[in-house]
Order: sequence, then structure tokens, then C-alpha cells
Amino acid sequence: MMTNDMAVADAGQQATGRRIGGVILDLQKISLSFGGVKALTDISFDVREHEIRAIIGPNGAGKSSMLNVINGVYHPQQGDIVFHGETRHEMDPHKAAKQGIARTFQNIALFKGMSVLDNIMTGRNLKMKTNLLQHALFWGAAQREEIEHRKKVEEVIDFLEIQSIRKTPVGRLPYGLQKRVELGRALAAEPSMLLLDEPMAGMNVEEKQDMSRFILDVNDQFGTTIVLIEHDMGVVMDISDRVVVLDYGKKIGDGTPEEVMANPDVIAAYLGTSH
Amino acid sequence: MFYREAGQFKASYQADQQIFPIRQDRVAVWALIVFFAAVVPVIADQYWLKAILIPVLIFSLAALGLNILTGYAGQLSLGSAAFMAVGAFGAYNFMLRIDGMPFLLALVMGGLCAAAVGVLFGLPSLRIKGFYLAVATLAAQFFIVWALVKFPWFSNYSSSGVISTQEISILGFVFDGPTSKYMLTLAVVVVLALAAKNMVRSSTGRAWMAVRDMDVAAEVIGIRPMRTKLIAFAVSSFYCGVAGALYAYTYLGTVEPEGFNLDLSFKILFMIIIGGTGSIMGSFLGAAFIVLLPILLDNFVPSLLGDLVSSSFVSNFQLIVFGGMIIFFLIVEPHGLARLWQIGKEKLRLWPFPH
Repeated sequence: MMTNDMAVADAGQQATGRRIGGVILDLQKISLSFGGVKALTDISFDVREHEIRAIIGPNGAGKSSMLNVINGVYHPQQGDIVFHGETRHEMDPHKAAKQGIARTFQNIALFKGMSVLDNIMTGRNLKMKTNLLQHALFWGAAQREEIEHRKKVEEVIDFLEIQSIRKTPVGRLPYGLQKRVELGRALAAEPSMLLLDEPMAGMNVEEKQDMSRFILDVNDQFGTTIVLIEHDMGVVMDISDRVVVLDYGKKIGDGTPEEVMANPDVIAAYLGTSH
Repeated sequence: MFYREAGQFKASYQADQQIFPIRQDRVAVWALIVFFAAVVPVIADQYWLKAILIPVLIFSLAALGLNILTGYAGQLSLGSAAFMAVGAFGAYNFMLRIDGMPFLLALVMGGLCAAAVGVLFGLPSLRIKGFYLAVATLAAQFFIVWALVKFPWFSNYSSSGVISTQEISILGFVFDGPTSKYMLTLAVVVVLALAAKNMVRSSTGRAWMAVRDMDVAAEVIGIRPMRTKLIAFAVSSFYCGVAGALYAYTYLGTVEPEGFNLDLSFKILFMIIIGGTGSIMGSFLGAAFIVLLPILLDNFVPSLLGDLVSSSFVSNFQLIVFGGMIIFFLIVEPHGLARLWQIGKEKLRLWPFPH
């Protein structure tokens, strides 16, 4: 317990001294279209190490498409993505996961038939090295590996305070907890960058506060860079370092929460303008 | 009261990750294995061993194979019987063409042949899902049976493609009676069932279930859907192949390609639907149900109705009852007998003091 407390205290110190590093993800003039529909047009922005970067915008603005581009689900027709100083070509989700990008989904995408523990364990699949035959025997290396990863997963479970439900099938959990488990699955992969697609959608105030706290803690304790999409302006303004605003697939604002709030284009997109 | 895990504390992850974490389960599984290995061969007569226990075990293995693919990895397949045929004919040819081929090795090689063919016919699963995939595996079913008939090399140029299996002998011991064949089948099935249980609780199994439940999310976590599905096809076909080889060697003795037809594939599919998809035990329950029910009806219906009706009516009536019972089970418990068993266990935790 002693070491644990020290770890927390340590993290607290880091938190006060949390320094936002250099640019680790640079999106340059990204354009994405599906047939004739232009989802994203000429969007450029960057993400710095250890920061919390929010993407906001009205429905259909292209926010989720943006995340899908970052983790390789969609392939933009134009534009370059520079991640850790390297221009990415031929991206797919598997490669993105290997490079340390994890994400959650707008509509919960948990594995319904599996327990909380198993769901979070899948987050560590990439790090598991034993093969099928070893699994069939479940002896020696396979068992040791399973135990070693179980320890990591238990850390995540402790962190998210979901110890009591670890053996419950996720289908039986309430919505707010499912969202938390999904965050846990992403965290289990020990990502350097975490993409959160509306982590607080459909939550009540307490659940939102809990989730905000977890997001801030992840950022503080593990130094994870976070890119999140969120509709709740209060939350966005409170927790994010910088905000990018999209509307109809175009970027209309970028900067600190205060700058963005004062941007007339953003106000127009959200409230409408008088013509 | 009788099924409570109260007081059973796990102090290590190793203890928590045991194959059967609850003591009662461990005891029950060992008791079952001991019962079927030590008591059954003594008390069961030839008819029971030959006509009931051996086929139940073999079909359990085949159902287990299909359950890995359909229940765990979520890929619907109608080609199980064809993969069984590949296993049977594969093992036969290895025994035939290689001098001194050990039987168990031939069994494994037959299974591996089936696995290779399974991977080949699993390739469409990379692009298509659900019912469409089922139709694609139907191609495997027809093609493989056709190929085994078309090329007489597979059946060693026997007329009409019938093969008679060689004698089974392991380390000089000849398995000729029903008891020894039963023991051999039981050993193979138990080993493979435990291996399957191990696979589904390790990262392989989690990858299968992840792909089944939400393939996009699985991919984003870093699971390769293609690899995972093909592994599922390979393992599933291996199990079906071994089941097919046992079907030929320890059950029937002589088989022909036409014996592994679509009817058999459907039968195996029904076993996992009734037994419970995504459950190892469900495969056994389903196989026992499908094999035993007609036999029970065979014995009971004539004695119940006696001479009132003709024998042709009785045989038709059995089919009606059989179909009716399947529908009844699916309505009462769409998740199969395994779920029924699970519910029973949950009730037993409290019974007889529910408050």
C-alpha cells in the first residue's frame, strides 16, 4: 500500500508540473470523401504530447470521421499525417494500435458476451506473445503470460474502481459503467495516445464528473495524450488544453477554450447568425 | 446450498485462472471423467458402447469443433461433415500409404488435412458474414464430397468409394472390441475438450469472441480479424477432422463419402444450437440430446402406443415428436441446454433457502 500511496503522490507532483511537449501528431490538409459526400475538407491541426485536445462541432461536422482517420479506419484521399515525426502511409487500425493509439467509440463497442475482465484483457492481446499450441496446453509460458497481463489489467480495474464487477458480463451493466469498461479496455493497451469519441454522451451529471476525473487522471498519471470529442461545452472548456472546432467538415476554430469561445465563427455555427 | 462458492477464496491469479475455478465444478468434472473411464466400460453392454456412447462422444467432438467456429468466433458454417470426411479419408490414406504409421499420428495428420482444407474454405469469411458465409461453406460441403467420389485415389480405388478402415493398434495393443474402442475415443475426446477449454480462456479465445461480438472494435484494439478467423477455421476443422477419423475408425469401420453429406452437417449444427453456442459443455449436451432422443423415442413410442397403430405411423410420429421437442427447447431456452444448466446452477446456490 505504501508504494501505492507514493505512486499517487508522485503522480500528483507530476500533475502540477505536467508539461505539454512537442507536436506528436500533425494532420496536414486532410480531405476525406465518401463518393460525392465530403466528410472532411482541408483540415489541419496538431496534437502535442501530454495535452488534452478536444474536437467539437455540431452533429455531422466530421468529428468521428476525424478520429477514424487518425486511427486508420478511414483513409483520407488527400493530406498527410505525421505521427512521432514519421509520415504515415498505408495505415490500418492494427498498425495504429501497434504504434500506441487506442480509442473508445461513440456507441459502446464492447464485446457483449464477455466479462468485464475478459473485455479489458483483450486490450492486452497485442502484447501477448504465446501461440495457439501453448494456449491449448495452458502451461508454463502461456500461464505465466496470462498472470502477468492479469496483473496489469487489475491495475486498470483498480484505477477505474470497477473491482466489484470484474466477473460480470458487460451486457448486464448499466450504460455509465459500460463506458467506463470501454475506457478500461483502451487503457489496458497502455496507449501513448487515447482517442475518446463522446466519452460522456448520455451520462448524468455525477457520471460525467466521474468520467472527467478519470480522463484527467489518465492524463496526469500516465502522461497519455488525449484527443476527445465531446458535446458538453462545460466539460470541454474545463478539461481540455486546446480545442479544434469543425463544422460541415471544415475547421472553423482552433485554440485554447477561451479563444474558441470568443471566435465569432464558432458562435455562429453553434447559435446561428442573423442575416 | 449445494453449489456455493462461499468460502472459496482465491489468493493468487493462478488460482483464479484455473480451468474450473469453483471447487464443485472441479469435483464434478473429475467424477464424470472417472465415471466414464472406469465405471461405464464395466457396466455398459456392447450395444450401449457401440451404438450410443461412441457416437455421442464422436459427435460431441464434431459439435465442439463447430462450436469453436460458430459459437466462439461467430462464423456460421455448413461444412462440418465435409471436414469430417477430409479427416476420415486423410487418416485412412496416411495409414494406408505409410508403413508403420502410428494410429494417433494418422489421427492428427487427418485432422491437419482437415485444418488446411478448412482454412482454404474459410478464406471467403474475410469478406462475407452470416448467412452468406454459410452458403459459401456449403460449397465446401458439396465440393469435398464430390472430390472424394470423383478421384478414386482417395478411397484406394475401391468401388463406389467405400473405405474399410485398418486395424487400430497403439504400441502393439490392438483396439478391436467396443470397450477398447470406446476408451480410445473417450481419451481423445477428453484431451481435445480440455485443450479447447484452454484455448477459449486464453488470448486466442478472447480474440475469437472479440471478432464475434464487435469486429471493428477488435481491429482497433489490434486483433487481426483475418488471422483470428482463419485460426478459428483451422482449429474448428481440425476438431471436425479428428471426429471424422474417429467416426470411421472407432464407430463405423466402413465409410463412404456420401455418408458425410449435408444432413450430417445440419445435424451437427442442430447439436450446437440445442446444446448452446459458445459453450464447451453445450457441445456435449447437444450431441447427447440429438443422438439419444431418437433412440429413446424408438424404444418408448411403440411400447406406449402398442399395436394401435402401424409401424410406418410410429416412425413418422417419432420424427414429429423429435421436431416438436426441438422447437419446444428453442422456445423455452434459445441459448441451449448449457444455459439451462447454468440457470440451474444459479438456483442451486440458494436452494433450498432462497432468503
